[in-house]
Parts: sequence; C-alpha cells; structure tokens
Amino acid sequence: MIRINCPFCGERDHTEFSYGGDASIVYPELDASMEEWHDAIFMRENIRGMQSETWHHANGCRMWLVVERDTMTHEIQSVRPAHKGNAAVLSTTDTGGEQ
Amino acid sequence: MSRYSAWAVFKNGFSGQKNWDRQWRDPEPKKEYDVVIVGAGLHGLATAYYLAKNHGIKNIAVLEKGWLGGGNAGRNTTIVRSNYMMPGNRYFYEHSLKLWEELSHELNYNVMFSQRHHVSLFHSPAARDAAARRYNTMRLTDTDGELWDLDTLKKEIPHLNYNNARFPIIGAAVQRRAGSARHDAVAWGYARGADRQGVDIIQNCEVTGVTREDGKVTALETSRGRIGAKKVGFAVAGNTSRLWQMAGLGNLPIESHKLQAFVSEPLKPLLDHVVVYGVGGAHFYISQSDKGGMVFGGDLDWYKSYAQRGNLPVVQDVAECATAIMPCLGRVRLLRHWSGVMDMSMDGSAFICKTPIDNLYLNGGWNYGGFKASPGSGWYFADLIANDRPDPVIEHFDLGRFKRGVIIDERGAGPDPKLHG
Repeated sequence: MIRINCPFCGERDHTEFSYGGDASIVYPELDASMEEWHDAIFMRENIRGMQSETWHHANGCRMWLVVERDTMTHEIQSVRPAHKGNAAVLSTTDTGGEQ
Repeated sequence: MSRYSAWAVFKNGFSGQKNWDRQWRDPEPKKEYDVVIVGAGLHGLATAYYLAKNHGIKNIAVLEKGWLGGGNAGRNTTIVRSNYMMPGNRYFYEHSLKLWEELSHELNYNVMFSQRHHVSLFHSPAARDAAARRYNTMRLTDTDGELWDLDTLKKEIPHLNYNNARFPIIGAAVQRRAGSARHDAVAWGYARGADRQGVDIIQNCEVTGVTREDGKVTALETSRGRIGAKKVGFAVAGNTSRLWQMAGLGNLPIESHKLQAFVSEPLKPLLDHVVVYGVGGAHFYISQSDKGGMVFGGDLDWYKSYAQRGNLPVVQDVAECATAIMPCLGRVRLLRHWSGVMDMSMDGSAFICKTPIDNLYLNGGWNYGGFKASPGSGWYFADLIANDRPDPVIEHFDLGRFKRGVIIDERGAGPDPKLHG
C-alpha cells in the first residue's frame, strides 16, 4: 500500500485515490497546431524515477493533488494541491509544501 | 546439438540422463553483428529465430540484461487467443495463433500448447450483442468463434456461480482453438532454436547507451562492453521508453504499468478451459496449469510503475473476482504472485515498426497481450528488419497512427494507457 499525505485529510491509503497521470502535461491553446496537441495527448516521457503526477482523492475530499513519486520505489517526496485557488478558498495552512 | 525425440530419451537413459547437451551456448559477445536484438524475452528470441530461419541472417546477437526469459516471459498468465476484431489486429493475432498450433513441432520443443477453449463470459444482453459482433467478424475472417447459451455453458463448466452472482452469467463467447501454453518452454524453445542456427544469446548484458553516427546506430554500449551493430531491434516491452531515450528519440505513446499474476497451490483437475470475464469494474481471467495450479490475474495496479512487484489492494480485488465467479476457490491457498512491467500504449495496441533512425527498429507496446502475440511478433519483426519495410499485416502497428487518426483501440477506452486491459 502506498500512503499519500493528503494536505486536506492527512495520510491515507492510496486506494482512496484515483490515479491521474503525468502532471507535467499541459494542454496547449485550442487553436494550437496538430503537432502540439498530438504530443500533449499521446506522447509521454514515462520517467523511471521521480515523477510529478496527479492523484484525485476520489474517496476523500475529492481534491486533485500533485504528487512527486518515484516510479521505481514508489517513495513519495511531496504532495500539494493541484489547484492553488481551491486551496486558498479552503484556507488551508498546511499544504505540505509550496503552492 | 541433438534433436529431442523419444529415441534420444531412451538412449540417454543408458547414461542416467546425464549427458544431454546444453540447450544453448553462453558465448562472449563479438565485436560486431549484422543484427543486434535488445531483450531476450519471447519477442526478442522469436525475432532472432525467424531472422535466422526465414531470412538466412545468422550473425545475430540477442542481448539480455538479466537472464533469458526472466522478464515478462515468466510473468504472464499464458493465455493464447486471437479474438481480436479491429483491422490491424485481426490478421496479426490469427497468424500468431496459427504459428502456435505448429510451434512444438517447429521448435522440436514441447511448449505444451493446449487448445482448451477461451471462454469469455457475458453478463448482459448488450455484452452478448457486442460479443456476437466481434465473433461474427472473426468468423467472416477465417477464425473460429461461437456463442454459448446458458444451458451449453452450464453443461461445459458446471461449477461457475450461476446462482447468486452479483452480475448473473447469461452465456459466453468461445474460441475453441484458443488456450494456454507453457511460458518458460516457449522462451527456452526459441532460445535453443535460435542458438542452433548460430545466434549468440548474451545474458547479463545490460544496454547502457546507444551510439549514433551520421544518423545511424553504430553500436550499443553494454555492461559487457561495446557491441557494434549494422541493424538494431528493440524488443524490451516494459522498458521501451528508457531505451528510446538512450537513443535520443524523446517521448513515446507508452506508459509503464505493472500487472500482477497469481498461482494457487496445485489442485486436482478442476477447470478444463480458460475462463474470462469483465463486468462492472471487475476483470478476471483464470486457467489451470498442467501442474494443477490455478493461474489467474486481473487488472493493473492502476498507477504508473517500473517496480516488478505488486501491491496488495489488487490481490484483494482479484481474490474477490475469483470467488465471485468460482466460489469453490474460496479456501484455496495462494502459492505465489508476481508482477511484470507492461508497455501500456495510448490505444492498447502494439508497435512493430521502423523508427526515425534508419537502422533501428521497434517492437513494443504490448499492453496485457504480449504472450499470445510472441510468435507472430517475432515473425513480422524479423521480416521488417530483414526487408526494411513492414508487411501489410503490421503496417498499422506504427508510431504515426496517432497522427493519422487511425488508432487501433480494441477496447474503445481512449488515450489513457492504464485503461487498455
């Protein structure tokens, strides 16, 4: 079991979460070239080692998180809310790292 | 090297079965080869075998970072079938199944291929209709396939949960020619067959770098020194992205995920078929090995990983799937479980293709389905490397299909690798 320290709920089993994927992917503008969209939708670096990725606390606070996790050892380095705005609205002080 | 036969067993009996030849040599790497295949798994070994057999290329090395067949070749549930529907997959998998049917004779090695039927349960009229469409497509393209109603299914497999299953069973789609095989024997058979034709299988030889000059790959840096190559083929599903990046080629439409498989303690004969179902978030496949162990598996671990070890929540999921469909397994003890790293591709289909580098060829992206594909994969990958052009059967297994918009998404799951089970 991987334990993820949710900034809103505390440390929980990873089975409470739903895996998003590579957090480094940013979708381009709607009118960007086919090439850019192709790369964003289909191409992945597929890192072996520390990777930034999104997890959704689906069976908890339902917030999206950005987790830095090693894809070889499953060790977690940091967890933070994916959306700065939401975190601010919830006036969370302990966000487990920078925002 | 001697041919295996009943006579050979008899003759070796006089010397206590102690004088058999080694099945393959353990050679030192040469300075250069005509073709270097990276990865001595089923796909790499089959490729080397068919390069030598079908195309007369003998100066070949197969490099393996660990031991032969120690990756996904030894970490699967050994199911062989060809019930694929999409153009691009349809003929490829059928060709592979035809190779399976003759494989033991071809390799002079008993791969224990057992055509025990692949029985895919369905639980709703909609699933039955989808299966009817798929299996009719198969029948129209020269593959066997049939639908069993509930009475037939009960007669064939009486001990499934027909009484109070969460998702009641209403029938099954069946491919009679499908079945299972002995995974290690396939790796060993291809290795021995390739070795007999002069192929060097070099184990404990990890590729650490790819040397490029003038737009071509000229050599591979390995833990056993530099090995020159006129042509290079990657067949390292699970770690394809890493080699791809060593070659300086950037990103791929692949994520590495891990998939677990399980075997129970040996039981007396219990299940004559391969039984599969997928409904309501459950996904499960099971057969019984010749030693009696129930061999089964389910979904991925749901998060990206290169670790060859599974996580416990999926053990629980799979155990629930098992007892839901075969309650008689409730008190059976688990003997072992293991995990392999899958190339999960963006459309759930494979790659056997040329690459941006002229003399580099790619074989990967096998998702859950690499075992059954291995003879066909080796066959067509060898053909691609030898003739430098894809056979029409595999021309859709290229990297450009996403740009062209002709993805081969058998499951209709979209560009999310973990969903292509």
